[in-house]
Amino acid sequence: MAFELVVDRIHHQFGTLSVLEDITFTLRQGEILAIVGPSGCGKSTLLGILGGLLRPTRGAVSVRGSLPRDSLNPFTYIFQDFALLPWRTVAGNIRMPLEHHPLSRAECRARVEDALARTGLTDFSRALPKQLSGGMRQRVGIARALVVRPAVLLMDEPFSALDAQTRDLLMDDFEAIWARESTTAAYVTHNLHEALRMADRVLILRRRPGRVREIVPVTIPRADRRAAAARQEIDRLYEQLWSHIRQEAQIADREMTDG
Amino acid sequence: MVDTSIEGHEAVRVRFRGGGFDPDSRAWVSWAFFALLLIVWEAASRARLVDPLFLPPPSQIWKALEDMTLSGELARHLGASLLRIGAGWLIGTVAGILLGGLIGLSWLGRSAGLPFISALFPVPKIALLPLLILWFGIGEASKVATIALGVFFPMAVSTYAGVDNVPRNLIRMAQSFNVPFPKIILNVVMPAMLPSVLSGFRISASIALILVVSAEMIGANVGIGALLLTSGNLMQTDQLMAGIVAIAIMGILIGALISWLERMLLGWR
Repeated sequence: MAFELVVDRIHHQFGTLSVLEDITFTLRQGEILAIVGPSGCGKSTLLGILGGLLRPTRGAVSVRGSLPRDSLNPFTYIFQDFALLPWRTVAGNIRMPLEHHPLSRAECRARVEDALARTGLTDFSRALPKQLSGGMRQRVGIARALVVRPAVLLMDEPFSALDAQTRDLLMDDFEAIWARESTTAAYVTHNLHEALRMADRVLILRRRPGRVREIVPVTIPRADRRAAAARQEIDRLYEQLWSHIRQEAQIADREMTDG
Repeated sequence: MVDTSIEGHEAVRVRFRGGGFDPDSRAWVSWAFFALLLIVWEAASRARLVDPLFLPPPSQIWKALEDMTLSGELARHLGASLLRIGAGWLIGTVAGILLGGLIGLSWLGRSAGLPFISALFPVPKIALLPLLILWFGIGEASKVATIALGVFFPMAVSTYAGVDNVPRNLIRMAQSFNVPFPKIILNVVMPAMLPSVLSGFRISASIALILVVSAEMIGANVGIGALLLTSGNLMQTDQLMAGIVAIAIMGILIGALISWLERMLLGWR
């Protein structure tokens, strides 16, 4: 049974400051939706609302259809700053979301070992976060998300704290995971190249208060996007996205600088 | 061979400007300074540059310390003080952590507790001893209560500051996995606030030491404070200084214990 995440006329305010206005879209099962827009347009706020960490001032997010039964946490976040518990080992961090579920010790261990293996962390299971590089820490964040078998991954700039090479390697890992598991994800990013590499559709938000400016489909199969044959189309899409964002970003930048 | 296209000019080395502002401590200098101080003190006292009645030489203080240790007098005074510190510190710490936790976690606790803490924290707790003697009598309870009150406030402040400083992203992360509230407290808030609580231990232990001596000076026959007061009254300055040395050693040992706890519990930092 398939499901959809329906975002219906979301408005959000912080005090008197309107952050999001009339956001409506649908995230379909198996789809990766990138959310882009100028700084301060409410991308992370929207992601917080999608997973229930923020209550919208108006509007609602609902699920149509039924979510997978084996998911322990249907809406699972991957955080920009990894959000790892520094006093726990890698395995301890990955086990954390399982500890309040009625799982046997054996199943818990099996899930953690599986998540460690899928993210290449088996040899680091006893390391503390402070002993890991940024890329490895984010792998722990990914493993922690996978261990609960999420229905929808909500990713808030998951690669922005990483250097370019690590980011590239981690995106390769993500592509492999997505190809294997047909994950559904909403994915906030500033990086248009990243969005065009990973997403099935790119939702562009206007500057604050954020509104949906356009949703651009990326029809090239994900596996072919880095091939030379796709270069022209990817460049065209990049120009299309950038033309939407450029002017808004310039105005947003001045607004922020002027304070 | 350096690759250059400019001939006939002597190379001028770029001046290093990045040094300093990084003071390093060397253990041998600390010990040497301490030894030098003792030697100068001893020499000045033997040369009668200072009156030994007012400032006895280190050798005389050491002798007094030795005599008091062998006679069991020092243990009697130290034991009484440590018992008061232990009881007062434990009561004050548990109460402070509970109130600090409430202030950090609940709006009701914050609304009710914070003004109370702000108003009473600056009051010197030894000033409350006469009142506590009226309430609890001249015995142990009033001294323990004074120490408990002195410890309570810094522990409450460091606990709620610790809760306030728990990275919000960790709490959001736990909430995003539907971790129940008590488990967030146990698995996220408590470990994250531990550095602040241990800093509180260090401050409150010093306060407990100050208060036990002060309280014992006012109303006790036994205890380090009582020893200091009696020795002073009898002009036994060597015993008085020996008592001060005992307090300093006690302070160092308590500090070392807290440092050990920090190493054991905060190795993840």
